[in-house]
Formats: sequence, structure tokens, C-alpha cells
Amino acid sequence: MRSFFHRQGKFRPRSSDEGSENQAIPEDLWVKCPKCEEVLYSRELEQNAQVCPKCHHHHRLTARQRVATLTDAGSFDEWDQDIVPEDPLAFVDPKGSYADKLAQTQAKTGETESLITGFACIRSRSVALAVADFPFMGASMGSVWGEKMTRMVERARDERLPVVTVNASGGARMHEGLFSLMQMAKTVAAFDRLGRERLPHFSVLVDPCYGGVTASYATVADIVLAEPEAMIGFAGQRVIEQVTRQKLPDGFQTAEFQLEHGMIDLIVDRASLPATLAILVDHHMGFSPQVDAVDMDLDLTVIDMPEPLPAQRTGGNGA
Amino acid sequence: MSSDTIQADEAQPALRAIDRVQLARKAGRPGTLDYVTDLVSNFVELHGDRVFGDDQALIGGVGMFRGRSVLVLGHQGGTNTRENVARNFGMPKPEGFRKARRLMRHAEKFHLPILTFIDTSGADPGINSEERGQGTAIGESLMEMIGVKVPIVTTVIGEGGSGGALAISLGDRLLMLENAVYAVASPEACAAILWKDASFAGDAAETMRVTAADLDRFGIIDELIAEAVPAHEAPRETVAVVGDRIEHHLDQLMDRFDPANAASVERLLANRYDKFRRIGAWHEA
Repeated sequence: MRSFFHRQGKFRPRSSDEGSENQAIPEDLWVKCPKCEEVLYSRELEQNAQVCPKCHHHHRLTARQRVATLTDAGSFDEWDQDIVPEDPLAFVDPKGSYADKLAQTQAKTGETESLITGFACIRSRSVALAVADFPFMGASMGSVWGEKMTRMVERARDERLPVVTVNASGGARMHEGLFSLMQMAKTVAAFDRLGRERLPHFSVLVDPCYGGVTASYATVADIVLAEPEAMIGFAGQRVIEQVTRQKLPDGFQTAEFQLEHGMIDLIVDRASLPATLAILVDHHMGFSPQVDAVDMDLDLTVIDMPEPLPAQRTGGNGA
Repeated sequence: MSSDTIQADEAQPALRAIDRVQLARKAGRPGTLDYVTDLVSNFVELHGDRVFGDDQALIGGVGMFRGRSVLVLGHQGGTNTRENVARNFGMPKPEGFRKARRLMRHAEKFHLPILTFIDTSGADPGINSEERGQGTAIGESLMEMIGVKVPIVTTVIGEGGSGGALAISLGDRLLMLENAVYAVASPEACAAILWKDASFAGDAAETMRVTAADLDRFGIIDELIAEAVPAHEAPRETVAVVGDRIEHHLDQLMDRFDPANAASVERLLANRYDKFRRIGAWHEA
């Protein structure tokens, strides 16, 4: 456990090659689980939605892997994939220009940007879905993210669809300067309007989720879910250590920490996520939840809720 | 134009982005309380988020500005070590943003227009702030502000640092002093990450386009307020000029605003939505 947290503690919200460890694993390859260090057959991991069969560690997913594990097969209809980034600042750092960095990242990942949006079915429920792609520049939020998210939310409002967002991010994208920061305002504005129509937003925070995404629409959703052990925070751990010169407590900024501090509604295993979202959609869209349907494969015991304290069992009986 | 302004215009090309960053942070540059002192009469400071505490890095209160009762919100650092400790160097914690949200609701209830003053290096990056939900607190403030049913004028007076600045910046008008800066991350943080060395902050500041002139060119701010001389050299004069520009924009907004008229309120919110909706640099392939 300690070594796992140590590894996560090295996470830096930068836009290099991070997150690549789990992407595009070739067939027939052995991979080592970073948590339990068990050597796993990649196909076995793939079949288990990239959750370690031995220690249950949730490996990171690309956006496409997420869509495959979360939605009904073949139901995803991508929207606005033609919206592509620009380099409004003519940004350059020692590694070169932002324009070149974008071209390289696009070639490497096969994605045009760090967010994909579209229509999908989750256990037959229609939703508007947005999924962040961590391998694409650390899922940093720039203008394209903001525009695609806003268009999706506006379309969901028009078509009266509930919204599901799966959020990982290293923060706002520095290469687009204040344009990036302003995407926090733009996306929040769109979700505010969605909420005024009483259409729900379910946000799923996955490893790692930091910065401007955590400080905007992702944490002010109607329901905030997280995957087990996902690292979630505003400031990155290295920044906090540098500024405060304090040792960070064990488990700091994990999903479990956020649950304990009242910042999220529920921690949900990857395997239970589709069924959980389906039930939540039903409750909030005025449908009768089909909890007894066999095909839902629903096992609420998998949902990781802490044991209630004895005081909560006996108290709170206002009747 | 006064000769001072002409002189400043001629001097401008010599200022690099990092020079403006340093001017924005300069000791003696007027802060929120200086604006309150000179521009707002009968000011009553209002404290606390009603949940956890009071944050002296983000202050708020009601007062009279040019004939109108208004709500004022702004970041405030210190002028000496003791004040800086008390005000956490102007870096708000979650309770600061929650106080801001509470006071925005208060302003809406009593139809008080809102003036915000932006002057922070950013939201507090501490363990306690994380424990109390720094990200959520900023997100909640944004969500409140985008829908608050009174006109808002925001002015960047010093350093506009990332999410901690944005949290109280979703105004119907965004004004910015010439030597103020507004950035997605501090140039030092950007340099530490992309240059692996914070001492390259000058290069980072340049390429991040953090100055008022840059943001004016991008159409992100509504007005650049010229500084005849850097604000710390003429604090009271600067405050007075800023007051005039705020009054001008607030008059425009209030002329068209009637809180009792649903269509007027809707128009205000629709314009605010469109203001942020259009910001972005992208194209369709």
C-alpha cells in the first residue's frame, strides 16, 4: 500500500508522456501491476476492464477504453470530433512550439484532443457522455475541451439527455494561457444552464483529476462519483510539499480521502459503474429503476461504502 | 491626452511581460482595501462563510459606490509580515470562496450590484485547503457567480492568479489595469514545469501572454485601464481613475437592468453566458 501511494505521490500535472504506461498495450504482453507488482497477462487485464484481478487496482484507461468499458457496445456516437486546437499564444518552451507538440501528440495518441464527447447508451439509458483522455497532454483542459464540453451540454439540454462526464486531468493547459483558464467559466456556465432545466450531471472522477477540472464543473455536478484509489485534488502534491514543507499524510487526496472529507458522493468500482449510473439516471429522469432486471448484473455490495458507525445505526431516528 | 499618458505610451515597449508581473506584485500597489477606502463610503465588512471560518485573504462587504449601494469582494494580501500571515499572502482558502458565494447570494437577494477586485497569486495550495475541498469551493463560487441575478463589474488590479482569481471574476465587465497580469498559472510555476527551472519565469511570462495588452488583443477583457505611471507611484490617482471606469461600466449595466423585470434579468444572464461562451481558440477541421 505504501509503495502505491509513493508512486502516486510522484504524479506531476505536466504535459509529457505520463499515463502512457497503460495505453495501447500490445496483444500478448505481460504487464506488471504497479500496486501489487504481480505480473499479469495483458489480455486478462483487458478482459477485466484494466482492473488487476489480483489486487483490484484500477489501472488508468484511455478515453476509448473507457467508452468501451462503460457504454453499451456500438452505442457511442461521437460528436464534434472535427473541433481541433489552435496555438493562439504562439507558445514555445524548451521542447519547442505548442503547435509541434500538438502534432506529435495527435500522431502518438490517434486523438485530436484530450476530450471526446458524444451520445452513448449505458445499460440502455441514453446519455450525453464526455470522457477525458489522459495520454493526450495529461488531459489538460484547453479551448477544444471547453468548446466540445459546452456544445455537448447545450445539445443534451436541447435533447433532454442526462450528462455523464468521466474526468481525469492534470489541470488547465498552460500552452493556451488564459484561454484555458476561461474554459472553467465556460463549462460551468453550460452546466448551470443544464441544471436550470433540471437535467442531471453525473461526474465520475478517475485517476488522476487535478487543477482546473477539479475546480470547475467536475466537482459541482449533481452527483460526484469516483473510482477506488483515484488521486483527486486541486493542487498537485509536489506543489503542496514545496509550499508547505510538510509531509503529506498517507492516503492524502485519494478518492477514499475525498469521501471521508465529504467531497464526493460515492466510490464505485469500475465493474459496477454502468449499473450505478443506470440507476442514477432512472432516479433523476423520472424512470422507474429496473433494479431487478437480470441483464443489469447489479451487485450493490460491490459498491464500496464504509460500514456505518454504531452511532449512526442507533441515532438519527427522528420519528 | 495628458503628457503623462503620452510619456507612458512611449515607455511601454521597453517593459517585458515579467516586468509587468513584478509591477503587478509591487509593494505599495493599491490593493482591494485601498479601493474600498477611496471609492466606497459607509463600508461595512462582512465576515465568515457560516461553515468553518473567516478568510482574510478574500474580503467582502457592503458600501456606497458613486451613489449606489453595492457588494464588494476582493483579494487582499498584507503590507508587512504580520499582515501577510493573517491574510495568507492574499491566497484564499475554501472558506474564502464560500464566503464569496454566500455574499453573492446576499447581493442577489437585496439587488446589490457586485464589484470584485482581483489581486492574488492564486488559491491556497495547502493540506488544510485540500481537506476542506479547495477545488469544490472554487467550482461552487463559479457556479454561483455565472447565474447571480445582479450586474457584476470585475477589475484585475494586481496579479490575477489562476483559479483563485477566476473564482470571483465572472463579471459582466472585465476591466484590467495596464500593469496588472492575469494568468492560468504563475510564470514561476509554468517555468518549473515546462523549463524544469523556475528561474525561467521571464521566458514563461512572455510566451504565456499574461499582460493586459495581450488579453485586450484576444478580446478576453473589456477594457484596459491605462496607468499614467505605475500604480504604486500614484496609488490614489490610479484608484480614482479605476473608480471612474467602474462607474462608467456599472452605469451602462444598471441602465438596462431592472431586477423586478424577468426579461431584463434573463438578458443580463444571457449576455454573461455569451461573454464566456465565445472565449476559445479552435477551429473545425
